[in-house]
Amino acid sequence: MLAVSDLKIHYRTLAGSVKALDGVSFSVADGEIMGLAGESGCGKSTLGKALIRLEERMQYVGGEVTLDGTTLPIADDWAMNPYRFRKVSIVPQYAMSALNPTRRIGRMIDELLAARGLKGSTLRPELERRLAVLGLTPDVLGMYPIELSGGMKQRVVMVLSTLLDPSLLIADEVTSALDVASQKKVAGALVEFRDRGYVKSMIVVTHDLAILAQIADSIMIMYAGKLAEKAPTRTIVEAPAHPYTRLLLGSLPEVGIRFEDKRLPGIKGRPPSLLSPPVGCRFRDRCPLAFSKCVEEPPFIEIAAGHQVACWKADAHAQG
Amino acid sequence: MLKVENVSKVFRSGAFGGKKAKVIHDIDFEVKPGEVVSLIGESGSGKTTVGRMILRLTSVSEGRITFDGEDVSALKGRALKSYYRRVQGVFQDPFSSFNPIFKVGRVFRTIRREFLADLDTATWETRLTGALNAVGLEFAALDKFPHQMSGGQLQRLLIARALVLDIRLLVADEIISMLDASTRIDVLNLLGDLKRQGLSIIFVTHDLALGNYISDRIIILQKGSIVEMGATDRVFGDPQHAYTRSLLNAVPHLHERWSDAELKDLGLVKDTARFGGRLVEHQPDHLVRVYS
Repeated sequence: MLAVSDLKIHYRTLAGSVKALDGVSFSVADGEIMGLAGESGCGKSTLGKALIRLEERMQYVGGEVTLDGTTLPIADDWAMNPYRFRKVSIVPQYAMSALNPTRRIGRMIDELLAARGLKGSTLRPELERRLAVLGLTPDVLGMYPIELSGGMKQRVVMVLSTLLDPSLLIADEVTSALDVASQKKVAGALVEFRDRGYVKSMIVVTHDLAILAQIADSIMIMYAGKLAEKAPTRTIVEAPAHPYTRLLLGSLPEVGIRFEDKRLPGIKGRPPSLLSPPVGCRFRDRCPLAFSKCVEEPPFIEIAAGHQVACWKADAHAQG
Repeated sequence: MLKVENVSKVFRSGAFGGKKAKVIHDIDFEVKPGEVVSLIGESGSGKTTVGRMILRLTSVSEGRITFDGEDVSALKGRALKSYYRRVQGVFQDPFSSFNPIFKVGRVFRTIRREFLADLDTATWETRLTGALNAVGLEFAALDKFPHQMSGGQLQRLLIARALVLDIRLLVADEIISMLDASTRIDVLNLLGDLKRQGLSIIFVTHDLALGNYISDRIIILQKGSIVEMGATDRVFGDPQHAYTRSLLNAVPHLHERWSDAELKDLGLVKDTARFGGRLVEHQPDHLVRVYS
């Protein structure tokens, strides 16, 4: 189980520090697939990355991350090494373009395993079995990345990332660049891996709420570096309590909705700059429900079992 | 207005161009004034190539493309310039359409120098302001650098750049795939408003929901062939071709969850690509490819 408390990560820039992650607390249970959604720049990818490796510009400011009862030394690049790949693993954004083009897939995987002090040949049977689970033949191991389609490469990276049965997998925009057909296969693969116990829990970072509605057990919505809402998938989709979640869902064109019949509203305005974020609720400027109390920051509180929201009007709003 | 008549495209590959690959097979459709036509297909279906041929960025191998009766491939010099005054394109990645070291206003100065040099400054500024207002941007936006703007804003600037020319056809190639859900809908609504004012749009996308939302007519491409086309509600409401159906089945819906079996069925979308066959009318304004 993953527990994150009051995590703060800033980016160092010439203009000052960008508060990309400004105090987030949540937990992911064993066996849970948690979807993490929000607009670009809301901090969702930063959160995903922070759990495995801080980039050069990312600065740990505070907070704690525990995985299966052990505190992860996320601020210490060197001390994190034993956890990476074995305990926490990631399928990064554009993973499919991250494969070494000059190596056959099999050899590249062996080299990566060797870098972690593991022997490729001992893991080979398991590797082939898992590729088969995702509908890939062992032949792909003898191919170069250029010979595979985007969806196939994405699945290869997924198998590789989870080969050591990590406790937590972070999947960052893994379906975003794919066609509907490949997207569905990759989404199915994520669920398959959880069901087979290859990974205990998963954080699926994406801006595509429709795909999360298919595979996630719970969905967490972020806005401008803060958590807006977390709830079981059905609740988020059918009875969201945060006005931002409602607007986000309302701006999705679904098959069957047409401009001629029903013009979807979208969300007016832009998220605030995180260099000097405004006090109070950060969604206040764009929120149709904003009132005087919103100058104070709303706490992220539980309004029903497993349903947390940061909005002063959430209680009343959820009923209606 | 725009007619694509039995167009095919052959690409040469190999060291001396010895190998030939036919990527577009005998495509035939028409775009009427004020109509939004979506070209939908997966990667490799040839949808982008069709858009590029219309914009003359890629040559046509067989057949012809005409705009108001004129063969587009034959246009040269002045005639070509006049074509670009009426037909423009906007592409997927807005960041790569701007030079990062110049302010975004530069693309408008280039447009003026190339196409509208005869306009006096006052008329030009009225026109520019009009185009910017149409996409919901302020004049001051021109004074920013590309990195100071969001993808959605840059994409809207590129649409404004096309509008300043008073174009009649816009080729929009995956222009909202890189944008956030909330910005996406803004750009889509903008296209809808422009269409109401009489602009024709060719909307190239792999996202069926987006194609459905905005377009009057749909063209489904598979491996370079049209497998189904017609009015949006007919094609999506009553899909006839196996490929169209499998694409529609793979679209995730918010309020309907796939069953476990459906989700894990890796063979759900089968490769049904077949060559040959012909398009027959299933009902008025709804053509389907059948193989005999």
